[in-house]
Amino acid sequence: MHLILFFLFAGFCLAGAINLLLQTHPINSALSLIVVMTSLAVLYLLLGAEFLAAAQVIVYAGAIMVLFTFVVMLLNAGREERTLGSKAAARLGFPAITVLFAVLATMILHAHDLASASLNDDITSTQDLSRVLFHELLLPFEVTSVLVLIAILGAVALARAGHGDGSVDR
Amino acid sequence: MNFQQEVPLAWYLLLSAALFSLGIVGFLIKRNLITVFMSIELMLNAVNLSFVTFAHQWHAVKGQIFVFFVMMVAAAEAAVGLAIIIAVFRARATLAVDRIDLMKL
Repeated sequence: MHLILFFLFAGFCLAGAINLLLQTHPINSALSLIVVMTSLAVLYLLLGAEFLAAAQVIVYAGAIMVLFTFVVMLLNAGREERTLGSKAAARLGFPAITVLFAVLATMILHAHDLASASLNDDITSTQDLSRVLFHELLLPFEVTSVLVLIAILGAVALARAGHGDGSVDR
Repeated sequence: MNFQQEVPLAWYLLLSAALFSLGIVGFLIKRNLITVFMSIELMLNAVNLSFVTFAHQWHAVKGQIFVFFVMMVAAAEAAVGLAIIIAVFRARATLAVDRIDLMKL
């Protein structure tokens, strides 16, 4: 069962990622990225991270991708011209990516002490997670909340029309 | 018993590496500012999958909490990044990265 679910959603993930690269219209890329993120949520659930699966759907597939699709529609982003990247990307980038993936795959496949996951593994409950988060890591949590607040203010300041030159169009 | 089958964690890590590589390929070949940004989000997600896999491997809760922090920072980054994209579009009236090659307006 775990094997079937893993292959199904890993396939969805890879298909969505490849579709993101092949589509020329940004809205199609955004929708395939939503497929990738939702299948990743199922994979998190298979690995026993129930809170992260929910947060992945709510934060990534919900909030962030809605922001992306909203901006795509707001800017009326059309079809992009298809190029295969610059010359530097073709000559240096793609061999480098191939080498990177080969090195990573070799390292992963040669690691001997990796365990395996099955459906009857214990699930990290939200209770365990929040106990560590709010006891040991309370300060980083609060700092992150300040960071998000600053990001909101920065986003509003950046996206507002007219930067103090009196040409505010409403 | 077919329902007791186990999946090696190496497969999850391989999937994560593949998604990360696809993210880099997208970063290189996409020519739209928004899709380049989406490729960065794809890479962040790939790294998150690695974190969750290792958290499962070592039975460590802190790995999952790190993913939670990465999600929060990614949300902040997406908000600021998209605001910058809107500002760039307002100044240049284009989203093609080939035509956005100057820092000054």
